[in-house]
Amino acid sequence: MSGPHYNFAYLNEQTKRMIRRAILKAVAIPGYQVPFAAREMPMPLGWGTGGVQVTAACLTAEDTLKVIDQGADDTTNAVSIRKFFVKTANVATTEQTEEATIIQTRHRFPETPLKENQILVYQVPIPEPLRFLEPRETETRKMHALEEYGVMHVKLYEDISRFGEIATAYAYPALVNDRYMFDPSPIPKFDNPKLDQSPALQLFGAGREKRIYAIPPYTKVKSLDFEDYPFTLPTWEKPCAICGSKTSYLDEILTDDQGGRMFVCSDTDYCRKNQVAK
Amino acid sequence: MNGLLTVDNITKNYGSRVGCHPASFELWPGEVLAIVGESGSGKTTLLKCISGQMDPTSGSVRYTKRDGEQILFQNLSEAERRFLMRTDWGFVHQDARDGLRMGVSAGANVGERLMAVGDRHYGHIRKSAADWLRQVEIDVERIDDSPWSFSGGMRQRLQIARNLVTAPRIIFMDEPTGGLDVSVQARLLDLMRGLVRNLGLAAVIVTHDLAVARLLSTRMMVMQAGSVIETGLTDQILEDPQAPYTQLLVSSVLQV
Repeated sequence: MSGPHYNFAYLNEQTKRMIRRAILKAVAIPGYQVPFAAREMPMPLGWGTGGVQVTAACLTAEDTLKVIDQGADDTTNAVSIRKFFVKTANVATTEQTEEATIIQTRHRFPETPLKENQILVYQVPIPEPLRFLEPRETETRKMHALEEYGVMHVKLYEDISRFGEIATAYAYPALVNDRYMFDPSPIPKFDNPKLDQSPALQLFGAGREKRIYAIPPYTKVKSLDFEDYPFTLPTWEKPCAICGSKTSYLDEILTDDQGGRMFVCSDTDYCRKNQVAK
Repeated sequence: MNGLLTVDNITKNYGSRVGCHPASFELWPGEVLAIVGESGSGKTTLLKCISGQMDPTSGSVRYTKRDGEQILFQNLSEAERRFLMRTDWGFVHQDARDGLRMGVSAGANVGERLMAVGDRHYGHIRKSAADWLRQVEIDVERIDDSPWSFSGGMRQRLQIARNLVTAPRIIFMDEPTGGLDVSVQARLLDLMRGLVRNLGLAAVIVTHDLAVARLLSTRMMVMQAGSVIETGLTDQILEDPQAPYTQLLVSSVLQV
């Protein structure tokens, strides 16, 4: 390998130990946001520096890494991060969800169900679900400590009074293990039910905000709602235009400037497999 | 029998400066107590110390719960204090912007306390919010408007509705009519008098306006330079003030 020599997975061993300690604490207290000393990474904040650090701390030489951005394996963020770990850790990579042992994701939970030996790492921009209602960090920490989550419903109330339904479509707040209110990062609310009782370990890293939190395998994750406005999943009128899936999350793609558009799976790996199966 | 709120020798020092000399009183259910005095006399300090907004330097506040048990406020855990402050107690700030959540609609402001105590039924929350807006004479059509679009008087009434929605037993008010023009003040006072009487609320009202005290309160405390200098029934103090400062205060009210 030419070019500069990197320590395995870029970060030095002490830093990885520090991050692992934070991860262990996060796993021990599901949904609790553990502060950690996030490092500068060779990419801008907002590009997944938190997720990259968590992945770096979890990665071993035997791991197979998959990186997705909005469900796709071939978009800029996914390609760059995958290349980064190939260069610094020389790990195997894959685009197949079932072959990966660590999946770093931005904005999606894969359509293919995860297994017990897999870790899903989320890149989180704003870890604090209460930030919309309470700008003070000291106050939000107190609210978490005292389990004062009633105000979270104020946000949903506002949605219903304005739009007639709970219009929050992503970063949909949920309660982890009946205790901590958490923000599942900007995944669509379509993915929220998949977080519940998932066999895979789910780790969340926020680089700018210096927070790590986790959902251990088989943990209860309950999306908030009202008794008379229950949590609902979005639906589409047509199936995926490429693979014909009726159950996956669809992206809207503009095809020309004449108003032409198509709806296709956001999970490219899942879509490709469906096409092959046909 | 215990009063609803028993305040015992509350003091507050700001460093070496005294905010409030020892003050004691008892508040009974349904009673409205006015604390009057000039600005800087320690009224607001005293109010904040007894309502849990600020920690007193010394002294104690006891509250008698609905089941008759008397609890020492200073002994409660922070979670219990905060629960008490958003269920059995209410606090009306002088500036409505301090007491309201300005970023969300009027309905959400009123409904917030309900959601905080565990109401999870949108229809019910919405209905209570509409009821309370009606009670404080805000047009129900404005339920989805932001408080920013409300006038000062409306904001103040909204703040009152927000506090009353959980049917508190005590409401603390800091200059509730300050900054409002006289006709709006009169309407607000009328409204508050009705609410306090009908709901059997106990209230502690801080004001520098003797007219407010006269209209609303049954009992009065006069403060000067951090000390309580005179207490008694409102009518008695206003008709026959004993302390020289109270005499000055009463005689300086403009007569039209």
